[in-house]
This record gives sequence, structure tokens and C-alpha cells, in this order.
Amino acid sequence: MVMKPKQVTCTEHLNPGNLACAACTEVLGFRHALKVLGPNTIAINGTGCLAVVMQMGVPKVPHFHVLFENAPAVISGIDDALKAMGKRDEVNLLVVAGDGGTADIGLSALSGAIERNQDFIYICFDNESYMNTGGQRSGTTPFGARTSTTPVGRAVQGEDRLPELRKDLMAIIAAHNIPYAASTSIAYPLDFMERVRKASTVRGPSYIHCHSPCPTGWSIESSRTVEVARLAVETGAVVLYEIENGERRLTQKIKKKRKPIREYLAPQGRFRHLLDDPEAIEHLQQVVDRGFAATLASMS
Amino acid sequence: MGMEKYEAYVRRAKSSLTYDPGWSRDNHTGGWRAERPVVDHDRCTNCLICWLYCPDESIDHDTIEINYTYCKGCGLCAAECPVDAISMEREAG
Repeated sequence: MVMKPKQVTCTEHLNPGNLACAACTEVLGFRHALKVLGPNTIAINGTGCLAVVMQMGVPKVPHFHVLFENAPAVISGIDDALKAMGKRDEVNLLVVAGDGGTADIGLSALSGAIERNQDFIYICFDNESYMNTGGQRSGTTPFGARTSTTPVGRAVQGEDRLPELRKDLMAIIAAHNIPYAASTSIAYPLDFMERVRKASTVRGPSYIHCHSPCPTGWSIESSRTVEVARLAVETGAVVLYEIENGERRLTQKIKKKRKPIREYLAPQGRFRHLLDDPEAIEHLQQVVDRGFAATLASMS
Repeated sequence: MGMEKYEAYVRRAKSSLTYDPGWSRDNHTGGWRAERPVVDHDRCTNCLICWLYCPDESIDHDTIEINYTYCKGCGLCAAECPVDAISMEREAG
């Protein structure tokens, strides 16, 4: 088990010169995932920022940009082909996609691939909007967030879908009785790498949900992206846990006193309109408290 | 498709649509930088946290030297350094 940065391999599987925004946490997560999976990996990239910035030959592993909706279908084909050739054990199959490609457009293909018990690792980098196309809202956008399709004005104040209706991807995936699923955050890279390693040992589908703030879309100072991801965990907006054959286990330490949600919202420009509104902050605090309590109660 | 048209198509495909591995090395993203990270090697404890959090692999694993050709100046290394050994300095010009 990887415990210290020094124990992480220094082999890099990405060439320098990617055209991602400064402090892109998605590139960071992909880098960490490839460090664990090694050179014998085939990466399928559902449409998203990562597919765009990984062009020009950035990855040193085979990497294909496919559509939003068919990344799990493509990996199923590769999985079956490798099994037919008898080479499946030598290769790690990885799908990376954003929350738009996972929660909204690609959900049916992912559901089908899990149902067919294909052997692959699916990593969803959740930045809570369609950042590649200009920051439109997605199924995982939190209540009150400003996006380009839920602007802040007189009629609407950011995302107004009821917070209970936000898509809980981990619950959707867990309902498929998947062998392994984990909720991770980019602020805890060693934990993330350990989850990816565990997922690579599983026979059958495994799903990793990675909370990764977007400095451009969330209007955060680039140097604070990791700090914001950490605050999401420390305030309880994101809970790190894993589901292994139905057994649910927390992978983070729970402190008795969580930080108030305001600390998570304050560095983000997309919640700026809420900061002067104590009622809205109180409402969001209750939403987070409910979600946190429900997740903790579901642990076995 | 005529031979001439086909050759033009292949030329175009080679020039803009497909890339050899590592072509991205020509993108010197260091030009984006507004602030440059500077490492104070006397304070550095070699914990490698900056190296781990760098999205652009611009920090050397062994020497903790920063590769200014590709460093975009995001400041994550300076923000995450536990001993404040990295400072961000304004780029001149």
C-alpha cells in the first residue's frame, strides 16, 4: 500500500506540453492513474477536456478519444477482443470520462457494460459541469452553483434544481452490485492511487469517482484548486468511501467537528452570489449535513 | 478518389489530424506563466509533495528543479509545500 510520496513511482506516462489550463486537476488525476496502471494500459477517453488536451501525443500509452456516449461500449469491445486473443491478463483497460459523459450522456453505456460484467476500470473526473464546452450545467452540478446555463440574475440564482434530485453517481453505480467502486478526491492523491490499484486487481468492472475542481469553470485561483478539493472533504460535501462486493467502508478519517460549508464555498466564484445571503448558506449547510449523515449511515 | 486528391488528403491528415507520440513537446507552455515558482533548496525537505501535485510534471523527482519550459505557473506547488520552500515571483517582462 502506497503511504508516502516517496514510495510513488517516478516513471511518468505523459509527455510534457499538454495544453490544459494551469492547475488542471483532471490531467493530474490521469497522471496519477497511469502511474499506478503502468505502460501496459489502454486508455479510452470519453469526450471531455482530457480528450482534447491529451491530443498531440501526450500520453505514452494507447489513448483513444471516443464519443461521450460510447466509451464503455468501446472498452467492452477491446475487452472481448483481448479475451479472444488470450492477452487480457497483460493489459489494464481504463476509461476516463467527465461527469457529463458519465452522469448524463454515457450513463446507459456504462450501465450496460457493468451489467455485462466487462473487465475495466472507469474513472469519472467530476468537476460538476460540462467544462469543455463552456461550463454548462450537468446532472452533478450542486444547488446554487453559477454555470453558463444557470446564470445569476433576477429570475434565476444559479442552479435551481432541488438538491435532493442531484445525481448521486456512486449510488447509481452501487445499485448495479458492482465488484468495486470508490469515491475519491484529487486532494488525496495517495488515497486515489491506492483505490486505482485496488480497482486494477478486481476481475470485472470497477468504478472510481474522483472529485476534481476546475479552476476555470469554478472561478478559483489556480493555486487553490487542491485546497478547494480538500475543503470539500473537510466540510463533508464529498465523502471518501469504497464499496467492495457490497461492503461499504470509509476511507477517510471523520473528525468530530466538520468545517462549515462556507469555507468551501468562499474561494469559488461560482458561489459568490450566495455568500451575502445567510439563508442560502444555512440551506446549503443543511443539504450537506443531510447528505453526509445519509452516507455515514449507509456504511456497513 | 483520384491519386492527386488522395495524396493531398494524406498530406492534410498527416499535418493536422494525426500526431506522432510526443509531438506535444513542441508546446512550450512555460510562455503562459505570469508568476514563476522558485525553490529554496535550503528549506526543502525533499518530501516530494510538490512533485506529486504538479499537473505538468515540471518538477524533477530527484533534484526538485523546476522545468520552466513547461511550467504554467499555476502555483499549486507553492500552495501545497508544507515548509514554504517554494515562492512565486512575478515574471519580468
